[in-house]
Amino acid sequence: MAERSDSEEVKLLGMWASPFSRRIEIALTLKDVSYEFSEEDITNKSSLLLQLNPVYKMIPVLVHNGKPISESLLILEYIDETWRDNPILPQDPYERAMARFWAKFVDEQIYVTAMKVVGKIGEERDAVVEATRDLLMFLEKELVGKDFFGGRSLGFVDIVATLVAFWLMRTEEIVGVKVVPVEKFPEIHRWRFELFEVSIKTKTTSFWAVTEVLTGVNGC
Amino acid sequence: MAEEVILLDFWASMFGMRTKIALAEKRVKYDYRKEDLWNKSSLLLEMNPVHKKIPVLIHNGKPVCESLIQIEYINETWPDKNSLLPSDPYKRAHAKFWADFIDKKVNVTARRIWAAKGEEQEAAKEFIEILKTLESELGDKKYFGDETFGYVDIALIGFYSWFGVYEKFGNISIESECSKLIAWAKRCLERESVAKALPESEKVATFVSDCRKKLGLE
Repeated sequence: MAERSDSEEVKLLGMWASPFSRRIEIALTLKDVSYEFSEEDITNKSSLLLQLNPVYKMIPVLVHNGKPISESLLILEYIDETWRDNPILPQDPYERAMARFWAKFVDEQIYVTAMKVVGKIGEERDAVVEATRDLLMFLEKELVGKDFFGGRSLGFVDIVATLVAFWLMRTEEIVGVKVVPVEKFPEIHRWRFELFEVSIKTKTTSFWAVTEVLTGVNGC
Repeated sequence: MAEEVILLDFWASMFGMRTKIALAEKRVKYDYRKEDLWNKSSLLLEMNPVHKKIPVLIHNGKPVCESLIQIEYINETWPDKNSLLPSDPYKRAHAKFWADFIDKKVNVTARRIWAAKGEEQEAAKEFIEILKTLESELGDKKYFGDETFGYVDIALIGFYSWFGVYEKFGNISIESECSKLIAWAKRCLERESVAKALPESEKVATFVSDCRKKLGLE
């Protein structure tokens, strides 16, 4: 990791198992921004978290020079606007609108529907799996002809969709249902494989794989 | 270059109002196309296959969906007049936080006041709390954007045309609970872009009555 600069104070209140927290770590690593990570116990929230995010009381919260930003998609945009190397969002307004649209779709549609898989059994679960697959099909089509959602390289939607690549597909092992079978979703599987291969080159020329950032020291 | 801007919308939608206001603030000429929500056009279904919802902004044949995303797109595509968002990244994140809060909290709760049987009172109470949170964020500022009318104001103001409905079915008085917010709304209505975009409360009331009949609530 790059050495901490005295002029910037970046702190992330997060949680190791949260895809919303991990995506922030990917973005900060991509931009070679040193930060202090503060692990929150969501069953016993710190007074700092409650003070910095009084509206939702949730992680992740990025604190930059004392000023808090919450909501992961907003934090990602803030990071992109503040540290301009290795841009995450495209420059073109239409491409930006599309990136924002798909990111919102992942969080508000796919995540919300997919979460329900865990709590259900039998026919109810089958219905949720079907609904999740219908939503994933939109992402599948988006990937056609592209290496990543961001085109040739990793971008905003890829970072947000690590939720699908890692969490959703990992949940398959837990619930014993192949929510994202390769025969139905060849593009998503191909993209996921490429995501594992991505190396993030930092200023100190050390390479961090996306998976390393996601799994972290604790392992996941 | 010839610009073709089309807006697919429904007059009562507080989301469509946002886009209309943003386009007007930027003096962008556009072709307004009314959608019938009970009989959606093939253009709407083609341009928004994911959600099949209005508003849809179509710029030179390319669709942009989701009203807050549309406001940012309009702001970035026609940057010269009336910037709708602050230029400072932190202030911009702050504005987007509150617009997102409005999307997450205001609509869902407000809808329960008139569209869900038996939940009116509880939803109305929650709704007032949400408005009070917003009022606290507004403080003594002229607009949410301080001196400049912008993103958060645009995100919220459309709901004002529905306040009569919430008051009626929720049995509340928004004026007595959130007078500062009402004052803010009236200031916004002084702007031509807002006055033209917001429908009359009576028209909204009639529309809601029809919806409730269709939903079997009346």
